[in-house]
Amino acid sequence: MDDLFPDTTSAPDQLKRHRLSTRIWHWINVIAVTVMAMSGLMIFNAHPRLYWGRFGANPDHAWLELPEFPGWMTIPSTYSLADARLWHLAFAWVLALGLLFYLLRSLFNGHLKRDLHITCAEWSPSHLWQDIKDHARLKFPTGAAAARYNVLQKLAYCGVLFVLLPLIIFTGLAMSPALDAGLPLADLFGGRQSARSLHFIAMCGLVLFVLVHLVMVVLAGPVNEVRSMITGWYRLPKENEVKDDA
Amino acid sequence: MRDSLSRRRLLSAGAIGAGGLLLAGCDRLSKPGPFRSLLESAEGAHFHSQRLIIGDALAQEFSVADMSPNFRANGNRDANGNAAWLSHSARQFADWQLRVDGLVLRPLDLSLEALKAMPQRAQITRHDCVEGWSAIGKWRGPQLGAVLKSAGLLPSARYIVFHCADSTGTSPYYESLDLIEAHHPQTILAWEMNGAALPIAHGAPIRLRAERQLGYKHAKYVMRIEARASLAGLYGGKGGYWEDARGYQWWAGI
Repeated sequence: MDDLFPDTTSAPDQLKRHRLSTRIWHWINVIAVTVMAMSGLMIFNAHPRLYWGRFGANPDHAWLELPEFPGWMTIPSTYSLADARLWHLAFAWVLALGLLFYLLRSLFNGHLKRDLHITCAEWSPSHLWQDIKDHARLKFPTGAAAARYNVLQKLAYCGVLFVLLPLIIFTGLAMSPALDAGLPLADLFGGRQSARSLHFIAMCGLVLFVLVHLVMVVLAGPVNEVRSMITGWYRLPKENEVKDDA
Repeated sequence: MRDSLSRRRLLSAGAIGAGGLLLAGCDRLSKPGPFRSLLESAEGAHFHSQRLIIGDALAQEFSVADMSPNFRANGNRDANGNAAWLSHSARQFADWQLRVDGLVLRPLDLSLEALKAMPQRAQITRHDCVEGWSAIGKWRGPQLGAVLKSAGLLPSARYIVFHCADSTGTSPYYESLDLIEAHHPQTILAWEMNGAALPIAHGAPIRLRAERQLGYKHAKYVMRIEARASLAGLYGGKGGYWEDARGYQWWAGI
């Protein structure tokens, strides 16, 4: 089931786009990232100030101070630092182990090399610029070109896989006083309070990714996109179809 | 396209509905039950994996230049509700004594002078509150391990409990460590902070420093140290005031 990509036995306008490992990881992350973000906002509410450096508390200068996040954005919905930590620290295992297994699986099944590897041609400024213009005009690839990720898509996915998720996991670990004893994690990020700030910034990056991702799914045809992430089957958009859709 | 549009509406309606269910569901799942137990089991995973990774490694120590200019006092700022502590405080803890008892060979009563006469450890460490803030300060006092050694732990002892003079409402503050954290070289009974006698707001006459743990483990106003075989049967049974009152994890390493 995993290695039917692209499927040659199906009708030519359909193909198996997402492997089972990608689909499972995607939906696990829908839950894990949502729980992590919402419980994280509740933890932030316990001390809604961010600092830079090794220490930082109320008498010290905060580079960011926010009002508390409202209940509809947090887990739980009413103030409980203890329950938020219960959710956050349990789902942290799901997020971190999920990423680890997915990266290993994607390394060995060729997903990284085949689908996410950004080629030299794609790195060229003219190619990047063309892709940016296409996105700005909401001009999406059709036919066979739609089977592959475009370069902005690859950049976004690689940014999440190799930058934002590892950053949020390791800055999270850096805030643990026990782990800090064995591993120089906090100083790796410029101190524990810097790690806490970077943890928050990485969360903002992930939320931004999810929002853009959802907009792109809606623009590209939500039924086809969501179905492909459930069953794996993706219907290649025809020449005139995307225009009608948009 | 009409078909696709109505399906699109259905999808977005579903997403909004799912969002509402998610919020209500998460609150419901937080209540005692199998799911909460599953969430709570992560604490054991943290405890065992962190111990495996860090062994007996020391918490990071800092230089004087790294110290917080103003170390925030947190939790109870005095133990005025406790008559014994209040009278000791009025006499600058001159005849105050730390009781060491429970599962020990030789119960002890140690004066502040006796604690100061023991070999001392000084350390500049970072205090990490469960709320997220950190402050760096300098602490000095005898190692808890040395105090326990002079009392002589019985083989049945598994936990060291710190009984404090401060309380919230009618609930006295207390905390506990297992024997590994209790014997860690940086676990000290600090009577000095930033080069001066430990201030009242920070837990005079002594507070526990357990440098690989979050702030709520660092019991202030410690009056009595008790060696126990189990945490069951003591107050709420979870090994600490915040653990009983709010459900904070007993393993405060993350």
